[in-house]
Amino acid sequence: MLNVSIYRYNPEVDAEPYMQDYQVDTQGKDVMVLDVLEKLKTEDPSLSFRRSCREGVCGSDGLNISGKNGLACITPLSSAVKGNKLVIRPLPGLPVIRDLVIDMSQFYAQYEKIQPYMINNSPAPAIERLQSPEERAKLDGLYECILCACCSTACPSFWWNPEKFIGPSGLLQAYRFLADSRDTATEERLANLDDPFSVFRCHGIMNCVQVCPKGLNPTKAIGHIRNMLIRSAT
Amino acid sequence: MITTVTSLGRSGLSDWLIQRISAFVMTAYLFFIVGYLIANPELNYSQWAALNSSLPMRMFSLLTMLSIAAHAWIGMWCVLTDYITERLIGPKATAIRIFFQLGMIAVTMLYVIWAIDILWGI
Repeated sequence: MLNVSIYRYNPEVDAEPYMQDYQVDTQGKDVMVLDVLEKLKTEDPSLSFRRSCREGVCGSDGLNISGKNGLACITPLSSAVKGNKLVIRPLPGLPVIRDLVIDMSQFYAQYEKIQPYMINNSPAPAIERLQSPEERAKLDGLYECILCACCSTACPSFWWNPEKFIGPSGLLQAYRFLADSRDTATEERLANLDDPFSVFRCHGIMNCVQVCPKGLNPTKAIGHIRNMLIRSAT
Repeated sequence: MITTVTSLGRSGLSDWLIQRISAFVMTAYLFFIVGYLIANPELNYSQWAALNSSLPMRMFSLLTMLSIAAHAWIGMWCVLTDYITERLIGPKATAIRIFFQLGMIAVTMLYVIWAIDILWGI
């Protein structure tokens, strides 16, 4: 039997959060953490968590699993269980709505700030704006972000200043548009980032890289943004 | 764009660049002083005083002092804006943060002036 400890908090009933212990029979199978949560949900319907695609694409089930942020649906028990114990908490740093469900408004507010859409005011061509294979290749490692918030909620700079520091996820997306040959708002985008908080609160500790379930590298993208700022300002 | 009035360079890029350059100057100074002490095991007062009263050494020392001041200003500003916030310590945070920021800036400047006095008083 696997010992599972889960963060529980229902603000309508509980005065404060607590950890609830469960025992789950996984029949020795190396299932995903989400499978364990689903099984527990059938036994205790009051347990709340987000999930959708169950294959690491939608980004709904970002959780703190045995101390490390990750997606429950693609984290096998073999990589999460320590000493026959699995500890599941909500992603740290953002307000908890209930149990494992967090309020991601602050995260999305930072995402909105970087204008995550193509800006190009030149007349649209008849079919599409073309890119060379080399220009398109620059977007690899950037466009794959699924906004699960595992990286930003693993970042102390984002914990301390979530309303000022854009965070690794938002900055990865910022660079995704800065690097896009079809976008024409590069200067405007860079001007919005040159303050002591938006980009430069990143101290390069690389927690984001360590936890990203898609294997992306926000620290590298932040370095590229910094280099673009240096090129344009010196 | 977030405005700041108590950071050293007002811009993130400027602070970042100053932090790197000042770190380089401090490292160079450290290597020089340690190297000088190793190369002169029989160092006496007159030799030490002669070194520190030469104009190039005074300039190098002052440059290092200014680097320490700038580095400390940027670093302390980051620490204060990380931990003395309304999110962490409540509604009085802004007043407390400004107090510590201005105090930190005043102490830094006093150290620089004191250092100039010492360097040119040798």
